[in-house]
Amino acid sequence: MSRKLIRLHDLVMEFDGERILDNINLYINDHEFLTLLGPSGCGKTTTLRIIGGFLTPTSGDVLFDDKRINDVPAYERQINTVFQRYALFPHLDVYDNIAFGLRVSKLPKAEIDERVNEMLEVVSLKGYENRKISALSGGQQQRVAIARALVNRPKVLLLDEPLGALDLRLRKDMQNELKRIQQAMGITFIYVTHDQEEALAMSDTIVVMDKGRIQQIGRPEDIYNEPKNAFVADFIGESNILDGVMLADCQVKFFGRTFQCVDKGFAKNEPVDVVIRPEDIDIVAPDGGHLSGTVTSVTFKGLNYDIIVDFKGFKWLIQTTDFHPVGAHIGIRLTPEDIHVMPKSEYSGQFGDYSSYSAEYDELTEDAENEE
Amino acid sequence: MKRLNKIYTILIFLFLYAPMVVLIVASFNTGKDITHFEGFTLRQYGELFRDSKLLPLLMNSLKIALASSLIATVMGTAAAIGIYRMKPKMRAAILTVTNIPMTNPDIVTGVSLSLLFVFLGALFKINGVLSMWTLLIAHITFNLPYVILNVMPKLSQMDPSLEEAAMDLGCTPFQAFYKVTLHEIMPGVISGGIMAFTMSLDDFVISYFVYGPNFVTLPVEIYNYTKKPLQPKIYALFTLLFAVILLLMMLMNLFQARGEKKKQLSRSH
Repeated sequence: MSRKLIRLHDLVMEFDGERILDNINLYINDHEFLTLLGPSGCGKTTTLRIIGGFLTPTSGDVLFDDKRINDVPAYERQINTVFQRYALFPHLDVYDNIAFGLRVSKLPKAEIDERVNEMLEVVSLKGYENRKISALSGGQQQRVAIARALVNRPKVLLLDEPLGALDLRLRKDMQNELKRIQQAMGITFIYVTHDQEEALAMSDTIVVMDKGRIQQIGRPEDIYNEPKNAFVADFIGESNILDGVMLADCQVKFFGRTFQCVDKGFAKNEPVDVVIRPEDIDIVAPDGGHLSGTVTSVTFKGLNYDIIVDFKGFKWLIQTTDFHPVGAHIGIRLTPEDIHVMPKSEYSGQFGDYSSYSAEYDELTEDAENEE
Repeated sequence: MKRLNKIYTILIFLFLYAPMVVLIVASFNTGKDITHFEGFTLRQYGELFRDSKLLPLLMNSLKIALASSLIATVMGTAAAIGIYRMKPKMRAAILTVTNIPMTNPDIVTGVSLSLLFVFLGALFKINGVLSMWTLLIAHITFNLPYVILNVMPKLSQMDPSLEEAAMDLGCTPFQAFYKVTLHEIMPGVISGGIMAFTMSLDDFVISYFVYGPNFVTLPVEIYNYTKKPLQPKIYALFTLLFAVILLLMMLMNLFQARGEKKKQLSRSH
């Protein structure tokens, strides 16, 4: 199960003197669903294109089955790609698109027929063989792109934001579909996305990237519960991030109070970032908790309310299923498991402050991301 | 206003096509004088096809047009792909250079080519260097920019990941080109070829400076005819030439329109 299929060793990529990838070290296990997650420009697509053979790294090695493949061209790699805008061949119909790779490798006609039909079944496109690509919906084009890549039985499938162009509902369906296909065929998937929900839902392993560097590698639960720095904490889910000081193992001081926590191994009096997830905070009576503050904004989100609470001038985001009106005075209680302590990093102080929070603003940035 | 638009359009068409109409009418006229239309006849066309001199010349023109446009299409397509792969700054610079021959006056191109051929002929001691070959080379030269001009936009419209997808599926770069890229740019290649063909077929100025005595094209010989009083069968020949060019141009537009339509279809999804 955990055979290392691909290894990236000290990978550096520069374009016109600009460093796009900065010492990437990563291994990918056989049969694994690994996601490269990060904002646009973080280097995730560049990493994928290097693995696919479309880019040659400035320095460092790409190893496949322990063999160096830096100089092996894309067409000789046992790797196939699902491209961002599908890149289906417009002059060919569905069948010919899927059969393309098999015909290039000159397989017998009967085998091509068998394998194409098998793939059509896998992606539920039976009966669409003779359709023109332009006559398919986005979701159907997506399935053809997946079938066209998988029919070649690659060891690794690369997927470059494959669901980016689909609407939300279809995207959710395709997420399940992709996970099902990956498990059924037992192929290693390397998936690129900027959508953290997608990454959490599908992956065995998530690699969070920013500024050409890997910020954290881990299982989805680990990434969410134990973010390594303020960037990861903010990019994956919502987080309140506060300045704190580690007094001793399992004792952290912030807001002038000492809290019990579960984190160890910091130096005495080391300044740290403290992460508190908005859904972990328990609301209690104003005088019954650790801290008390005033509600300054309420947004109904369906599953819960997002409320902004002012604690001595520092605003927190709290998610609660109970309604608390603007102006209400509330108290909060934190258990040791609710508090996560991270060492200071270059990202400290940039994230996790909801002082300028606005629901509208949040939606705007989300739209901008989708347009990419 | 709408009516004014219509009238204006008609006037423009009249202005553009009146000379051709006069010529076409003259080619069917029984009388010798083009100022009086005396009756309809196909006699001029009959005479044209019995002419033992003009038809071989037409064949010469067609041969050169076909050969030069085919060679220019292959060379121009290859050049366009090379230019397209360059960095944007370099690409813009090279495109300007390749476009210059189109705006260069034909007479300058003709004279300079002629000088070059004569110079090379003297250098390599070839007697009578001006021949079918110099004519062919000259035609390829002035056809090239038209092919590049037609192929280039098709390349930039193409999704660059199509070629990567082909290589991802096992194609060598060469296979990726003829299995995928060539299909995508075909409308541009064909319209470039047709444009080159028509340019070559009706070129007189450049040909006049580089043709040899053993291989004359139709436009050059017609110029020699005009020194004497024009025979009416020439009108018939011109009318036929006009018809051929018109047909080719319509074909070319059809190809371009089809390419556009295909694009719109694929975009509407």
